[in-house]
Amino acid sequence: MTRDRLIEVRDLSLKIGSTGATVVDKVSFDVAPGEIFGIVGESGSGKTLATRAIVSLLPPAISIAGGSVVYKGRDVLTMGNADLRALRGAEIGVVFQEPMTSLNPSMTVGRQLEEGLIVHTRLSAAERKSRILDMLGRVGIRDVENALAAYPHEFSGGMRQRIMLASVMLLKPALLIADEPTTALDAVVQREVMGLMVDLTRAEGTAVLLISHDLPMVARYTNRILVMEKGVAVEAGTTERILEAPRHPYTMKLLSSLPFRRQNRSFGPSAKTIVSVRELSVEYATRRSPFRKTKRKRALNAISIDIREGEVVALVGGSGSGKTTLGRTIAGLVAQREGAILFQGRSRDADWQQYRLNCQMVFQDPYSSLDPRMTTLALVEEALRLEPALDAQAKRARASETLQEVGIEATYVSRYPHELSGGQRQRVAIARAIVRRPKFLIADEPVSALDVTVRAQILDLFSRLQKRYGFSCLFISHDLGVVEQVADRVVVMQDGRVIEEGDRDTIFDSPKEPYTRQLLSAIPVLEQNDKGGVRLKWRLEN
Amino acid sequence: MKMPGLNAMIGAFLIAVLLVIALVGLFWTPYDPMALSFTARLAPPSVDHLLGTDEFGRDVLSRIMVGARASIWIGTLTVGFATACGTAIGLLGGYSRGWIDRVVVALNNTLLAFPGILLALGLLAVFGANEYGIIFALGIAYTPSMARVVRVVVLSLREREFVEASRVMGNGALYTLLRHILPNCLAPITVLATSMFGWAILSESALSFLGLGVPPPAPTWGNMLAAGRPFIEQAVWLGLFPGLCIALTLLGINLLGDALRDRLDPRMRGTR
Repeated sequence: MTRDRLIEVRDLSLKIGSTGATVVDKVSFDVAPGEIFGIVGESGSGKTLATRAIVSLLPPAISIAGGSVVYKGRDVLTMGNADLRALRGAEIGVVFQEPMTSLNPSMTVGRQLEEGLIVHTRLSAAERKSRILDMLGRVGIRDVENALAAYPHEFSGGMRQRIMLASVMLLKPALLIADEPTTALDAVVQREVMGLMVDLTRAEGTAVLLISHDLPMVARYTNRILVMEKGVAVEAGTTERILEAPRHPYTMKLLSSLPFRRQNRSFGPSAKTIVSVRELSVEYATRRSPFRKTKRKRALNAISIDIREGEVVALVGGSGSGKTTLGRTIAGLVAQREGAILFQGRSRDADWQQYRLNCQMVFQDPYSSLDPRMTTLALVEEALRLEPALDAQAKRARASETLQEVGIEATYVSRYPHELSGGQRQRVAIARAIVRRPKFLIADEPVSALDVTVRAQILDLFSRLQKRYGFSCLFISHDLGVVEQVADRVVVMQDGRVIEEGDRDTIFDSPKEPYTRQLLSAIPVLEQNDKGGVRLKWRLEN
Repeated sequence: MKMPGLNAMIGAFLIAVLLVIALVGLFWTPYDPMALSFTARLAPPSVDHLLGTDEFGRDVLSRIMVGARASIWIGTLTVGFATACGTAIGLLGGYSRGWIDRVVVALNNTLLAFPGILLALGLLAVFGANEYGIIFALGIAYTPSMARVVRVVVLSLREREFVEASRVMGNGALYTLLRHILPNCLAPITVLATSMFGWAILSESALSFLGLGVPPPAPTWGNMLAAGRPFIEQAVWLGLFPGLCIALTLLGINLLGDALRDRLDPRMRGTR
């Protein structure tokens, strides 16, 4: 069967320098015109480098060791610079992961959109403008005239990614390379941007090369998938086949790492409330000036939640919903304005020392939550500094014991954070939080910076520790898949308010609020089969 | 452990030579650095006077050896003073924010608005032109630059999650500042301090030139450089050798400072 091919990558190999390690090893794939093709892999799999080679945008340290990239019958790897420039943008467009940094902050949106048209087309200024306005309207930007004169920082992450998409689609490329296009966005916005991208490219007949670590997301939009691990293409095939009957152990591992619902735990009426938040409001000043009245923004509005002993309560919502602010306020990092926070029935502030010793926190980014100048052991030991009952030796013993428990081997205790992987760092952060045996733990997006398989391991670790020590937990996340696996009860937030609350099964199986349904439409319902595969079903949005 | 780099070794060598010269100069010099000799005025370098003599017939080598002590002393104490005060002020302003920060920034900007040398001139008029007056005046003049750099670094560090983690552990502000924030400021502090050392030696010479430095006839590299200026055409060695000493010292300190910064940062030590 000969198929029409837009781009054909054959045995592509990439190395570090001219002699160094191979980072992409004989990878082959092809994309047909108008097709959406997915590449799935974790960090370090070489998926980004392999696609960068298509547009010859490799970092200087990486060199091509072999293979070919043929675009419409021409070999891209041997092309001159002038030909490459004509190819990039006009024929092959790229949308990067970080909408915060992929737009130039000192240029208006209008000028950035116009740049490509000036370089690649001969349209007049008026034609360019009408085309830009039309495209901005199509990506769902309201008030397009004003948007042209605005700067990127005036838009949210989702809006910026729409603008990025518009700037790429303006030139009607034949191929769109989308490298983790929605990873930095929250679930609801992610759905919207992906839907928009699929609609736009379908209308223009543009093929899409969709690269992501998120297997269900890629599976949702593609017909064919390539799975990569450590620079090697381990499995390729139709999306359905790969999901339902995976052949390679790594694909099976990826599939089994997808979060799924565990057994219910029951909390009788006897379970005591440990932390109780009453009518909590937080405000902050947005613009402070001696000449104007200080404007205040309400980040949280009369929030009331209860967390029982040993219970894991998940706090979910999109970005800007106030879930992180609530977590930080309960942790005592943000000053509250109104309301009360009770710990074991008494005001938190009445016995602050007691609370501080019993409420610990795990942060989102394991790269910035550990002091880069301290060793692993010192980091964990520091958490015991204010523990009065232990002497120095006992503290050290407790710290090493806890590190061992979270899976950090003894050879790692004298290492610094930069010498650890992301998963290991998060293990250290968890060890630091539980070493004092707190009664209450706040976990702010503890796994969202981690790879899929690592995330599964950390979630397992978390559940095991939670079972063993029985701490209560406020688990903040925008990823409902993770929440479905760990939470006993779910609190949904939007715009600084709690809009829905209930035990996990109720929220996931019969959500009432439209916003909750929207959040749920971003994650699949998994049905495992006996071949080690899964079938994904998507919830309807309404 | 990694071998120290070539740059670090060159830096260490230069500084070691400098320290040896200064130490020897305390006890022994080829000639009395103050002895006048009208028979050997402006003599070019020769076997008798390795680096020549100045307009009063004083031996340049001897004067350089004695001047080394003054220059090192002034440079070290000035930088030490400015670094200590500047870091403390920067930490205070950056970490506390609010009105304390606004006061710190306002004072800092006021001081920065004066050229350092002008500020030092004014202060010298108050403290009197002697070695400690110079150290104090230059130290105060350099403090705002250090404070400003440290404050900015602290502002970005205090938003990092490990600083919040420290608060969640129940650590107090002072402990967090000293244990978590200060060590992470060390890299920019080292870089600035080493370049400041150079400024201090040069400013001392500028002050000498204006007649407010270490008073003659006591030699410093700065005032030797300044005194050699009128004779640059007849006796180039008068300016050349003190200038070379200043340049090599600065080179040594900068190389050593860079190496020190890398050494202090676990991220630069490479993985084991």
